[in-house]
Amino acid sequence: MRKKRLFSQIAVASAIALVLASCSSSDKKASETTLPKVEMMKSLGAGEGQVNIVAWAGYVENGSNDPKVDWVTGFEKETGCKVNVKVGSTSDEMVALMKTGEYDVVSASGDASLRLIYGGDVAPVNTALVPNYADIFADLKNQQWNSVDGVAYGIPHGRGANLLAYRTDIVNPAPTSWGAVFDANSPYKGRITAYDSPIYIADAALYLMKTQPDLGIKYPYALDQKQFDAAVALLKVQKPLIGEYWGDYLKHVASLKSGGTVLGTTWQVNINLAQSEGVKVEGIKPVEGSTGWSDTWMISSKAKNPNCAYKWMNSIVSPESNAAVAEWFGEAPSNAKACDLTSDKNFCTTYHAAEATYWNDVYYWNTATEACLDGRKDVKCVPYSEWVKAWSSLRNA
Amino acid sequence: MKSSVARWMYKRPKFRLVALLAAPTLWLVVAYLGALGALLVTAFFTIDSFTGDVVAQFNLGNFQDMLTDPAYRNVVLRTLGIALSVTLICATFAIPMAFFMAKIAKPRNQKILVALVLTPLWASYLVKIYAWRSMLEPRTGVIDWVLGPIGIRSPGFGGPAIVIGLSYLWLPYMILPIYAGLERLPNSLLDASGDLGAGNFYTFRRVILPLIFPSLVAGSMFTFSLSLGDYITAQIIGGKLQMLGNVVYQNFSINLPFAATIATIPVAIMAIYLWLVRRTGALASL
Repeated sequence: MRKKRLFSQIAVASAIALVLASCSSSDKKASETTLPKVEMMKSLGAGEGQVNIVAWAGYVENGSNDPKVDWVTGFEKETGCKVNVKVGSTSDEMVALMKTGEYDVVSASGDASLRLIYGGDVAPVNTALVPNYADIFADLKNQQWNSVDGVAYGIPHGRGANLLAYRTDIVNPAPTSWGAVFDANSPYKGRITAYDSPIYIADAALYLMKTQPDLGIKYPYALDQKQFDAAVALLKVQKPLIGEYWGDYLKHVASLKSGGTVLGTTWQVNINLAQSEGVKVEGIKPVEGSTGWSDTWMISSKAKNPNCAYKWMNSIVSPESNAAVAEWFGEAPSNAKACDLTSDKNFCTTYHAAEATYWNDVYYWNTATEACLDGRKDVKCVPYSEWVKAWSSLRNA
Repeated sequence: MKSSVARWMYKRPKFRLVALLAAPTLWLVVAYLGALGALLVTAFFTIDSFTGDVVAQFNLGNFQDMLTDPAYRNVVLRTLGIALSVTLICATFAIPMAFFMAKIAKPRNQKILVALVLTPLWASYLVKIYAWRSMLEPRTGVIDWVLGPIGIRSPGFGGPAIVIGLSYLWLPYMILPIYAGLERLPNSLLDASGDLGAGNFYTFRRVILPLIFPSLVAGSMFTFSLSLGDYITAQIIGGKLQMLGNVVYQNFSINLPFAATIATIPVAIMAIYLWLVRRTGALASL
């Protein structure tokens, strides 16, 4: 009995010690929305011999997946910087990884980039040190998700629109509107899919923006409480229609192939993969326009290998590498010169790389903040953390 | 040199005891209880609503969110229901199977049967669940293809699919303890029961079941706790259904304190479960 008591005393003591340790370690103030001051790199020096990268799958290929797909080996030979890559599977995971300070560079989507900038986790980029920056499409530079007050925080990598996929042999007539996935009386009930992330709330908001002008939605990532509730209500109507939400793109492609999914949001790369397996599937950008992503290479504010990091950022958007990545991943390249170097000469046309008007109604993923991103000053918008809660609640209800 | 250390140690029994217990105690307190403690503490923190940084400020907001949102009550009940069904199904299949292995099969075959029960554990969890995915796929899956003509349809992806998948995965963990329990049960007891006029079912209910109850409880702890914490099966064959593990997975990188709050639920459920088990006295006779 005495031993038992001693043991529980040790346990309690260690628990208290842990509480104290964790409380004293961080005295950060809650909710600071001021931009942290982070120094920009002034000039480039010699490489450090390595660079640590957080990237989407398929962005950093050294030939181990497919011997023909390799833009890392050349970079390593040329610069002497060994590339260590950590693949992130969601924007949220990438943010968490960058907060550790262990990594130098990240390929951040728009729903991660602002969080990184305001968290002080990434540094402004001196674009003069990235010669290939000059060739990047103008409509990708200095956007809301990769810059603050005209200061660039990253190098645009590539972009894509979230499309409406449908099985041409099953869905008849062919859909033209996102209404097809929100129609409570849809004949394809149980075979519709949606993207499994809080960011999908923006897809509902975009549909409402075009179909219910009374709500006054101007930008799907700037929703006040009333607009946000309307979007979530629409997703609740949609839920009974959904067979599976998708997060893993390979599972999604398999589902399109088997016919478990016949209609729903997708990426161009998934359409290509399914078509190459003989599936009768087509992807369209519906009349309402679409959400999409535009990825940005950003450098950590705590980068231990900043010189190699800059060399990487320059190399990955070079016409050759940019073309190779875009083709491998299935997205529109950001470098205008990449279009001449793709192995499929129609690639840039298929992906609308240079077609500025195609992107006018594509709303790239962005991080919702309390200060409305559409410039409204009279209301508070619903921040992304609330999107996360609402999505979690919707998915578990 | 060696002998002098040994001599020094021999004279100091307390030091020997400390040296012996230091590593396991450190593991238990730091790695095991420490992790649980950190989890509990984090549950009371909050995050910066914009950058997602954890803010170490004591508040009960996470628990309030969890308790007031009916979605989380539903997911707890759903997960409990799944874990209980899986445990019941595993027990229903495992008892006759283990009985056959321990009492009916020839001794030579017993070893082979035990090996066969263990073989599924050699294959990766993911491979097995993806196999079930292609079995259960509506319209094009194996079940609809083979059994469709006689009118049996796959339940599709969802709750029933999760129960089937988890029961399949954890069945060996139920069979083995029951088999071990039955092996220790003397055959003479069964003979005596028969000689005294008890039928097979009566013997099972009044003789076998009480004696293997501790084994059944041991098996149920595996099947119940493993089901309670699972999220991968739900991701692959659960359709749009989510279990508690999925909520944690969904939140841990975005809102770590909230994920920690949710993670305290299975800990609490398991504590209650073990307390109930203790009250039945099954643990003492294991």
